[in-house]
Amino acid sequence: MSRYFTQDHEWIDVDGETGTVGISDYAQGQLGDIVFVEVPEDGKKLTKGDDAAVVESVKAASDVYSPVSGTVIEGNPALADDPALVNSDPEGEGWFYKITLSDPSELEALMDESAYEAFVAKL
Amino acid sequence: MSAINQSGWRPTAPQQGGNAAPTFTGNKALMLEEPLIFEIGDNHTTGVEVAPPVTATSRLGGLARTAAIDLPGLSEPETVRHYTRLSRQNYAIDLGLFPLGSCTMKHNPRLNEKMARLPGFADLHPLQPIDTVQGALEVIQQLAHWLVTLTGMHSVAMSPKAGAHGELCGILAIKAALEKRGEGHRKVILVPESAHGTNPATAAFAGFAVEDIPATADGRVDTAALKARLGPDIAGVMITNPNTCGLFERDLRTISEAVHAAGGYVYCDGANFNAIVGRVRPGDLGVDAMHINLHKTFSTPHGGGGPGSGPVVFSERLTPFAPLPFVEKRGDHFALVEEETAQDHHADSFGRMTAFHGQMGMFTRALTYILSHGADGLRQVAEDAVLNANYVLRSLSDVLDAPFAASGPCMHEAIFSDKGFAEGFSTIDVAKALIDEGFHPMTMYFPLVVHGAMLVEPTETESKATLDQFIGALRSVAERALAGDETLRTAPHFAPRSRLDETLAARKPVLVWKAPETTAEAAE
Repeated sequence: MSRYFTQDHEWIDVDGETGTVGISDYAQGQLGDIVFVEVPEDGKKLTKGDDAAVVESVKAASDVYSPVSGTVIEGNPALADDPALVNSDPEGEGWFYKITLSDPSELEALMDESAYEAFVAKL
Repeated sequence: MSAINQSGWRPTAPQQGGNAAPTFTGNKALMLEEPLIFEIGDNHTTGVEVAPPVTATSRLGGLARTAAIDLPGLSEPETVRHYTRLSRQNYAIDLGLFPLGSCTMKHNPRLNEKMARLPGFADLHPLQPIDTVQGALEVIQQLAHWLVTLTGMHSVAMSPKAGAHGELCGILAIKAALEKRGEGHRKVILVPESAHGTNPATAAFAGFAVEDIPATADGRVDTAALKARLGPDIAGVMITNPNTCGLFERDLRTISEAVHAAGGYVYCDGANFNAIVGRVRPGDLGVDAMHINLHKTFSTPHGGGGPGSGPVVFSERLTPFAPLPFVEKRGDHFALVEEETAQDHHADSFGRMTAFHGQMGMFTRALTYILSHGADGLRQVAEDAVLNANYVLRSLSDVLDAPFAASGPCMHEAIFSDKGFAEGFSTIDVAKALIDEGFHPMTMYFPLVVHGAMLVEPTETESKATLDQFIGALRSVAERALAGDETLRTAPHFAPRSRLDETLAARKPVLVWKAPETTAEAAE
């Protein structure tokens, strides 16, 4: 399984054709305490860069963009009751949705963990 | 004369009664503790006596309520005291400087109120015969005249009820114009990052696709990027000027020419018109439609004090598509042009934004403001708004990072970031500490392009003495944030309530009062 990052601070873990998407630890730190998350519905078709989810903190509301194209398998049901999971475990339990990738070659344009770390260090 | 803290009392001085025992009531002299209204009243008490209904048979069938309604019963003086006590825990424009960057003018002249309360305006009904409301129609027509004159535009729709409603009005006119031209396929509205957040929402609501245009490092629209995106699918652009970074969009005329050449229209968000009124006419910049917040630029109360009002001015090209109704002067008579009378000379109107004619009370106040200030007075309003904001910006830029300080003078809003604060300190700590200093906090974390943004809009009516006092307070608090003063994290210390858990309140809001269990049992 490999993990990729976008410049908009989403991450995606890819296992075969299935990806799991969330926002990075850096992103949750910038947003502050997260109070609401809206995840996409099962079966929703997303094109890379589409608004896939909404995350609201005490400071701001932000869109989460889909790092890849594909069909949503499921949104994380735990976030409705416990949006704080995104703060406490952004790159684990705080995942947003799982997606079946329609074009795995899109991953080539994303960053790996070390490239993302270097990207964040410059911000 | 300073507006607050005239006693010279400082938070660093010993607090009166600091060593005294807590009071029996929990009150602190003039600062009164106040329970919830549900905790004061009970349903055995009532302030009014209502005779039992005369009708013996209910026609509600099975829908009649069977349980008690559980509204608190209070007498009139108890009710008045409750809300007056609560109001004393609040901050208001009549108490002191309000640095919030707002869509609402924080100055509501008393003369406006006097005029709006004249019975000939205040007691009208919108369905009265036209012949009996000639004075009111004349007010609408005169205000329309001055709005068109001040903006250099061609016509105005008076009925939209607020800024975002005005945006929708403008975008619907653009949509109607495109459809009339047979170019309804133009489906994209460009919205720069420096625009108000309502702009993309409006465009999407009207059925357009929204595309962002980036901002340059100096906080303005990236004109080259905008021009590069123009094409046969572009319906128009929505630009906020002055923009959310507090800056004047200097390229607006160039942008308008390019958008027009590409077949699109220019919508200008005029919420910040108060910074340029009397100095700049948006019509000269190629704007096709712009809303004017009467509750901002023309001082009518909003935000708890009254309804908004967002008339939209139009260019000659968009005028045929403006909504109904509008007032027309015919000789000595003022006529209301509505659907029945519009067909002959306003057939392309896109329809109607409101059931009636708009916010009459706001029209009276706005016209009063315009006529009592005159052209020179309005120009001075804009100049003082800009001068005051620049005074705040330049007075504090040695302690607070001002990201756009090099972009030229700011308009009516000064923007700072949290750069340089000690580790773990954020804008919210500064805002909360300002409460202790006796000020309402500034706008926090907006605009989003500025990290930990603090946006200060001082209002044009504030004197130098008041501004100096605010600047001194913000400087003192900023220095504590830079130095990492731990007491800042728990501010406010002197407010009726100390730091609230805003996260918990947002995650688990309690919106309905429930009687404590013990009380409920005792009542049964």
